[in-house]
Amino acid sequence: MTFWVSQSLNALALGGLLFMLASGFSLIFGLMRVANLAHGALFMLGAYLGLAVVKAGYGFWTAALAAAVAVGLLGGVMERTLLRRLGGRTLPQVLMTLGLAFIIADACLMMWGGDPMRLPPPPELSGAVRIGDAVFPRYRLFVIGASAAVALGLWLLVERTRAGAMIRAAVDDVGMARAVGISASTLFTAVFCLGTALAGLGGVIGGPILSVYPSLDQDMLPLALLVVILGGAGSLLGAFVGAYAIGFIYTFGQVLVPDLAYVILFLPMIAVLSVAPQGLFGRRLG
Amino acid sequence: MAEPALEISGLFKQFGGLPAICDVALTIRPGERHLLLGPNGAGKTTLFNLICGDLAPTAGSIRLFGAELVGLPPRKRTACGLARTYQILTLFPHETFCRNVMLALNGRRGAKWRAWRPFGGDAALREEAIAVLARVKLADLADRPVCETAYGDRRRLEIAMALALSPRLLLLDEPLAGLSRDERVTVQTLLDELPQEVTVVLIEHDMDVALAFAERITLLHHGSVVATGSRAEIAADPRTREVYLGA
Amino acid sequence: MSARVLPFAVALAAMAMVPLVASSPFYVNLTSQVAIAAIGALGLNVLVGHAGLNSLGYAVFPGLAAYLVAWLSTVGGFDAVSAGLLALGGTLAVSGVFALVALRTTGLGFVMITMALCQIVWGAAYRWTSVTGGDNGLSGVPRPGASVLPLERPEVFLWLCLCVLGLALLQLGRFFDSPLGVALRGTRDQPRRMSALGYDVWRIRFVAWMLAAGWGAAAGLLYAWYHQFVSPHMMAVTASAEVLLMVVAGGAGTLAGPLIGAALVVLLKNLASIWIERWVMLLGFTFVVIVLVMPDGIVPGFHRLRAALARLKPSAAPALVPRERADG
Repeated sequence: MTFWVSQSLNALALGGLLFMLASGFSLIFGLMRVANLAHGALFMLGAYLGLAVVKAGYGFWTAALAAAVAVGLLGGVMERTLLRRLGGRTLPQVLMTLGLAFIIADACLMMWGGDPMRLPPPPELSGAVRIGDAVFPRYRLFVIGASAAVALGLWLLVERTRAGAMIRAAVDDVGMARAVGISASTLFTAVFCLGTALAGLGGVIGGPILSVYPSLDQDMLPLALLVVILGGAGSLLGAFVGAYAIGFIYTFGQVLVPDLAYVILFLPMIAVLSVAPQGLFGRRLG
Repeated sequence: MAEPALEISGLFKQFGGLPAICDVALTIRPGERHLLLGPNGAGKTTLFNLICGDLAPTAGSIRLFGAELVGLPPRKRTACGLARTYQILTLFPHETFCRNVMLALNGRRGAKWRAWRPFGGDAALREEAIAVLARVKLADLADRPVCETAYGDRRRLEIAMALALSPRLLLLDEPLAGLSRDERVTVQTLLDELPQEVTVVLIEHDMDVALAFAERITLLHHGSVVATGSRAEIAADPRTREVYLGA
Repeated sequence: MSARVLPFAVALAAMAMVPLVASSPFYVNLTSQVAIAAIGALGLNVLVGHAGLNSLGYAVFPGLAAYLVAWLSTVGGFDAVSAGLLALGGTLAVSGVFALVALRTTGLGFVMITMALCQIVWGAAYRWTSVTGGDNGLSGVPRPGASVLPLERPEVFLWLCLCVLGLALLQLGRFFDSPLGVALRGTRDQPRRMSALGYDVWRIRFVAWMLAAGWGAAAGLLYAWYHQFVSPHMMAVTASAEVLLMVVAGGAGTLAGPLIGAALVVLLKNLASIWIERWVMLLGFTFVVIVLVMPDGIVPGFHRLRAALARLKPSAAPALVPRERADG
């Protein structure tokens, strides 16, 4: 029983991190039809930046904010200067975002070296709490709560605000959105900043759990893709359901069948695709 | 009485919650020239897409010479004798006119699976393709790549692609769209010269050509059939005026 | 016909003569690497250039074949030739199953799903340590035919690679000109029209997928025999990306493009390893620069340049770039 409770909490924490990563990817995809393959690298960059800020003597919260802002700005610059020129063509877009991913990942390796590093959780969240018979790290409970808060915030933003209404309109029909006076250009950049900032924030929040190491990007990007394929591209609800599903499957897979956990992770994707190529809550990926 | 060429009954199509086609029934005799009339958004092209299988209906039946089409993929409907043209040109831009038609001719033949002999080396196929191009007066442009030709010529190639299938039922979606006066005359002649045994359903906004061509007319509005009848009947029907004048 | 074959024959002959002029086996081995990479790139080009399906998981085909042949000929106890044949068959069988998943989508969906499929096999190779050796991989893969052909000698191995490359060029060159090849490009440009003309779009794409898998598997076998060692890194995202770079840099949809792209990437990678450590960063910059400067690749760029220089026609023909699929 203790085992199931504590592993479920682990799964919720991982799912929450995956949501922060995948929701940004999914928003960007839904709005601009851009599959940002640099998303994993930006997550890792966020983690490294957060670590650097913490090492410079500032607190964890400052680090989280700084990393989110810096990564979000970088994302905005990428969108403005490079991605915008490509006009939605698939192959150039894939090459460009992948190229940027490689550059960012290798730059991190150059700056911070190849050894895994631990990002310490803030002191007020270190230690553990008792839940029944299980002892559970306080920080993981915070991650569960924080990611749920991010999910709620995003949902409110998209469904309840004027900006969200513009996003929804542009997702449905960019031409129509322009016609009613929405500046698609500004909106695109803003959403790209938001999506990448979430990745950066996720990196810092995830740092104390995942630790920070050079191939973190290559570990996270496939998981983000998996969440998006499973849940459906462009759907916040899809990212939410997909992220927690993957969180659970991966966590329990690793404990129960460690050798094949990674392979098992992809079975739901195959199952969903064979029934609904657009994912659980998405529109068609084509 | 002969079996109808096309018999549609109880056809519905919804996009999300919006009905695009609502309880359409239509019977077209073999050899008939039939015009689909209606304002933009009436559901004419959607009806074509349902007939040729690009869209699946929510409910209803579509029979081609007695054979049920609903449920068949587009390629099998083609095998039943169906061919169409598209309102938006749907050609192979990097190939020549001749090779476009050759590709169309090959679609229903086993030769399309050949993976070794060169496509261009099939002299018999090429000759056949040139003959089809000659029907739309494009034989002299046979070796021109599509991306280097004028719009009017491409419009006629669009028709040639459908003719290459030797259809029994031909669906023409605005074959005159964007053509100059001279080009219209060419296409009109081409339509008049179609063999009598080919049944033709036409969507066209050029009323002079359309009315001269069609024997019977179906008036569509908001996805439903308002009236079906001969030219005179539709012209005399007060509902025609209502639909077009928005009364 | 012969005018088209000539440049390829000259290129292959020049590569075959490298052992006669090279001072050290280093250059012979480098040429083998180019040949192996070119076979893989030719395979990926079927998907990217002719089917309009951009795969970001191409390394799964060579990876599967290499792992199968390595496992069968070391742990499994098969002789190298039977292991090779079984690996080829096994790769094609798994690829056929993958096709059922991957070919349900196109466009960006296809990009993501091919990447995910490659990750599955990567994950098995990396984590299923008891079978695959995990991060250490499998070593001691024997080269075939020791009794008949001294394949342990670099120049003989190079000639084997060049024979396979020649075969790939011949088969694919004929395929691209054949009715089926033309139909494949038809499904890339106008899938809707193709099914209205009576073509089975899914089945045509399936053939393309299996062709790509087959040549990828051939490259994987040669890779395993060349290094006599396999590791999960050959299925990393960077590995798939390198093959994609070869195709795009050379010119997707052309026959010579993947060959030139493979030579460039392999040479660049080897040179880079001598002078700088940062291959991954260089790879990244190359991607960005290619997209911005030369999106069609070298071969179409060269043709355009030649057309511009000749100025015989009033207007240069538009480049034969693969178009985006039109449908959703």
